[in-house]
Amino acid sequence: MNTNEHVIEVTDLRRVYGGGFEAVRGISFHVGRGEIFALLGTNGAGKTSTVELLEGLARPDGGRISVLGHDPCTERAAVRPRTGVMLQEGGFPSELTVAETARMWAGCVSGAGPVGRALALAGLTARADVRVKQLSGGERRRLDLALAVIGGPEVLFLDEPSTGLDAEGRRDTWDVVRALRDAGTTVLLTTHYLEEAEQLADRLAILHRGRIAAAGTPAEVTAAQPSRIAFELPEGYLPGDLPPLGELGVSGHEVDGRVIRLHTRELQRAATGLLVWAQRTGTELRRLDVRSASLEEAFLGIAREASNGMANDAVNKASAEAATGRTGRRGRKSAGRAERAEKDKTGKTYGTEEFVA
Amino acid sequence: MSGTTVQDTAGRAAGGPVTTPARRTAALARAELTLLGRSRSTLVTAVLVPLALPVSLAPAVDGMHVQDAGLTAGLVLLPAAIGFTLLFGVYSALTVIYTARREELVLKRLRTGELRDAEILGGSALPVLATGLMQAAVLVAGSTVLLDVPAPKEPLLAVLGLLFGLVICAALAAVTAAATRTVESAQVTTAPMVLVSMAGSGVAVPLELMPDGLASACALLPLSPVITLIRGGWTGSLSAHDALGAVGTALAWTALAVFAVRRWFRWEPRR
Repeated sequence: MNTNEHVIEVTDLRRVYGGGFEAVRGISFHVGRGEIFALLGTNGAGKTSTVELLEGLARPDGGRISVLGHDPCTERAAVRPRTGVMLQEGGFPSELTVAETARMWAGCVSGAGPVGRALALAGLTARADVRVKQLSGGERRRLDLALAVIGGPEVLFLDEPSTGLDAEGRRDTWDVVRALRDAGTTVLLTTHYLEEAEQLADRLAILHRGRIAAAGTPAEVTAAQPSRIAFELPEGYLPGDLPPLGELGVSGHEVDGRVIRLHTRELQRAATGLLVWAQRTGTELRRLDVRSASLEEAFLGIAREASNGMANDAVNKASAEAATGRTGRRGRKSAGRAERAEKDKTGKTYGTEEFVA
Repeated sequence: MSGTTVQDTAGRAAGGPVTTPARRTAALARAELTLLGRSRSTLVTAVLVPLALPVSLAPAVDGMHVQDAGLTAGLVLLPAAIGFTLLFGVYSALTVIYTARREELVLKRLRTGELRDAEILGGSALPVLATGLMQAAVLVAGSTVLLDVPAPKEPLLAVLGLLFGLVICAALAAVTAAATRTVESAQVTTAPMVLVSMAGSGVAVPLELMPDGLASACALLPLSPVITLIRGGWTGSLSAHDALGAVGTALAWTALAVFAVRRWFRWEPRR
């Protein structure tokens, strides 16, 4: 497997919706052959906006995209027979049965395998004569994935492949994606599930407000983050009673009532120093939580920035609109659409539980 | 979902044939035909309304002095019936279909594949266009038997008119769908074209019965050349000059509609 060959190459990509909403603000990355690359990000980070450009569904407003050596938008005919796409939602007529849907799609894809095999892959053989509208959300996602790979694509784009699936369905999807990668398929997927990125991705980029906030292998992205020690100081103790933090290799700390959080790049040294001190002084460190750096920390750090910045953003946007005067009616609608495209997928805002692997 | 199955699917060797535009369009048209058979409301609009309307129009035509214009009741009713077929069976039905597929994200999904835009629009339209053709054939047979309509004197003109009608109605349906938010609102968005055509294109009232000034203005409406060519095909009284004029108008509308589709057609839901 020659991973030096860039199957997907993105340079300074931009996407601006009518009305001026900049969903993608100059991102660059590349994906090698046979790699699984994940675009990880909160809702509204620009994941779908980016993937749609890679799929060739829209023309970028700046920058260059090369998929298998071609522009996916202007050289559609050269690219499409070699790619497979799973959109974020839907896309099949609700009144067709599963088998009719698969037959229709197979008729439109070069090198499509037998329909029966695709249905078996989706685990829908017994549901072949059921209308698409009667399928569960998970069954629909499985059908979508099976049809995206029916032509044996060299490059596969998956936009939130496991959103709406239960834990078992998610694992099945991961198995399929890994098997495809092992067979040489290049996979680009978006996700807001950390566990998914950690489990699947050979490399990933964390998108944040249209820019890449961190990129690399999961290990590289994680390594850039400090580890963390948290505990509760007993009554009568002050933070100043702790041993000198610098000598323990602690690079920063937060005090939140009685709860102390320490950040360090030398977790073992810091933890040992702290625990030795606690034993020597007979101090009980309640709710002690020692945690090495994780993708979760990296992601949460970026998400925290996002929520802090949100209030300012709203103000900036309002004043920007006031300054430019009336935005065109059509423009504003498309901007709203873009934001919704990123937000609508789960219908819920981020709770921490979604990040916890 | 076993890994081995995936590897089989991923290998090109296991795959089927390379697709061609014809194969892709046919696959899509077949699915659309199935959907057409399952959509009761579209079937009613597309099949029953065009067949029922001419019957209800017959008494009114008897009241017109069509003989003064050198026409018979049959020569008014047949083009009118074909006009209804084009308006309800093709134009309105297809506006609903394009809108429904767009709102269900089907069009977006189809565009991720090898289908070209024209194949998507054409394949989706084929079943309805075929239905329109068959209905026209039934109407011709029916009016020949029931209304003593003679065989057309210039069949080529009539066929040309019908083909222009199908193309113009399909393209205008795509344009109308671009301005249609939901399937329900298609009833409203298709009304202007339907009403204007019925009143001004010689569907309900033959242009021959209108004052000259009004008639020449109405001749420029999208369905006017279609009806003119069809009726002229039967009467054989269309001068070469008028026939060319009608063909020119029809070509202009076709070009305009195709341009509008390329410029304004929406592939993703309007929100």
